[in-house]
Amino acid sequence: MLEKDTDLVVIGAGPAGLAAALAAAEAGVGEVILIDRLEEPGGILQQCIHNGFGLRYFGEELTGPEYAWRFIEPLAQYPQIQLKTGTMVIELTADRRVVAINPRDGLVVYRAKAVILAMGCRERPRGAINIPGSRPAGIFTAGTVQRLMNIEGLLPGKTAVILGSGDIGLIMARRLTLEGVKVRAVLELLPYSSGLQRNIVQCLDDYQIPLYLSHTVTRIRGEQRVSAVEVAPVDDRLQPLSDQRFAIDCDTLVLSVGLVPENELSVNAGVQLDPATGGPLVDSNYQTNLPGIFACGNVVHVHDLVDDVTEESRMAGGAAALYIRGQLAKVTMIRVSGGRNVRSVVPQQIAPDRPTTLYVRARFPERNRILRVADNDRTKLPVVAPGETIRYTLTPKELQEYREDLSISIEGGASHA
Amino acid sequence: MPEMTCIVCPVGCRMTVKVTGTAVEVTGNGCRRGLEYARQEAIAPQRVLTAVVAVAGAEQPLPVKTARPIPKEKLFAAMAEVKTLRPQPPIRIGQVLKEDLAGTGVALVAAKNF
Ligand SMILES: Cc1cc2nc3c(=O)[nH]c(=O)nc-3n(C[C@H](O)[C@H](O)[C@H](O)COP(=O)(O)OP(=O)(O)OC[C@H]3O[C@@H](n4cnc5c(N)ncnc54)[C@H](O)[C@@H]3O)c2cc1C
Ligand code: SF4
Repeated sequence: MLEKDTDLVVIGAGPAGLAAALAAAEAGVGEVILIDRLEEPGGILQQCIHNGFGLRYFGEELTGPEYAWRFIEPLAQYPQIQLKTGTMVIELTADRRVVAINPRDGLVVYRAKAVILAMGCRERPRGAINIPGSRPAGIFTAGTVQRLMNIEGLLPGKTAVILGSGDIGLIMARRLTLEGVKVRAVLELLPYSSGLQRNIVQCLDDYQIPLYLSHTVTRIRGEQRVSAVEVAPVDDRLQPLSDQRFAIDCDTLVLSVGLVPENELSVNAGVQLDPATGGPLVDSNYQTNLPGIFACGNVVHVHDLVDDVTEESRMAGGAAALYIRGQLAKVTMIRVSGGRNVRSVVPQQIAPDRPTTLYVRARFPERNRILRVADNDRTKLPVVAPGETIRYTLTPKELQEYREDLSISIEGGASHA
Repeated sequence: MPEMTCIVCPVGCRMTVKVTGTAVEVTGNGCRRGLEYARQEAIAPQRVLTAVVAVAGAEQPLPVKTARPIPKEKLFAAMAEVKTLRPQPPIRIGQVLKEDLAGTGVALVAAKNF
């Protein structure tokens, strides 16, 4: 088994890993090992062929593969970055030993001065797995349909029903329709969609695809292949009203399920996770509880904008470079916690000496609210939706007032200004 | 007043649009692009089309997009024409694969090197 000392190992070469590796190299790190289990860098972006990436960061609207290329092309200018594709990281330890494996080199252990976790997230079937009925062919997750169609060039079926109204499901409703597959309905258990409003408009409304809120699939019909799904509205306790059920003929059921950060490696190393995000607890430097181990991108929390992934990953890369040189300032961080209608806040600990952008996720949709930081109303929120992250940048001046734990909440608009 | 969601970027601003004759009045837009979108949407809606095309002699398809938005009602005609293309590698990102896609005056370009 080969053992090798190195400066920085970045696990995952999606947009997060690419941006972090480039930022670290720009900041003078001597050797960066950038590892991905896939044969091609770019992560999930390579299968997201739709446009909508990069408006904030590049001021242009790019497709996923184009956005990825903006970070793959510059790798050539940084010989200190060694890209290892087709390589799987199978173990990470608290003292930053990274065990990687591929068919060419076999097992390699990197002893790194710093590690950046950038493993992204994966699809998690959300209850949908418990639908009664047979298990015929024709049931896919939305991400699988996306890979089949956009990477492998295959169609999953002829008529489809989509369960779940998250963004991937909405995007695939449009993609299937444009390829001639009839999308009969999108069903959502909750009374609101968890997808971006823009995707409801341009993926469903544009093609007159009906969205049934507060509906679910109660049974799957079909022997060899799906032939229909039974659908019922749900009451306010999300229980199906079976006397009102009806059937929709289809040969394909697409499960648009939730995403969860991919953290098996992190947990085994002793990285502490935030139960609200499923990702590591991080501070303003995107450092985890383990010194020298940083995390960025979807492994920290599920982002809806890749632009935010790029920004925070560049920060993580820069901080890792400082850590390697022993120059990462030790400051006492202020803890942040979520109050009313706040599911999660990232980072969970912030440095008082510099501006920090907070990413806040709401629990339920509301209108005309205000984002409150401790006792101060900070910014108006005309629309609050669980599917849309709220960004708020705290300045050192604002932070001067706070020395204790900081609560972030979404409050009624009529309170004191 | 009709409400409209801006789809130009994922922020998805909710705007109100008032059309009086040829004048379009917009409120609630977060930036100038939203204003332009609302004007366009009220008069002649347009969308960028993205898809994949089969590449001669390759197993994997190539992601493609229209260089600019095309009229919404032309999306399916454009898609049908996209299906007939068989570009030859090597292909550079941004390379024009078809000028004037489906009579829209807009080109179809590669979204990736191949
Ligand atoms: C379907 C979908 C649609 C989206 N649409 C938009 C949109 O319209 N606009 C927008 O701005 N954003 C969009 N996003 C969000 C954006 O794509 C993600 O936020 C972004 O890709 C996250 O980047 P990442 O690098 O953290 O993760 P990923 O892109 O998932 O990359 C993680 C990488 O880590 C690798 N990896 C994981 N574990 C290991 C291991 N043990 N060893 C080696 N390698 C490993 C994986 O192979 C992968 O390549 C979308 C996301 C999805 C899933
Ligand atoms: S108005 Fe501007 S910021 Fe708002 S959604 Fe449209 S493009 Fe985005």
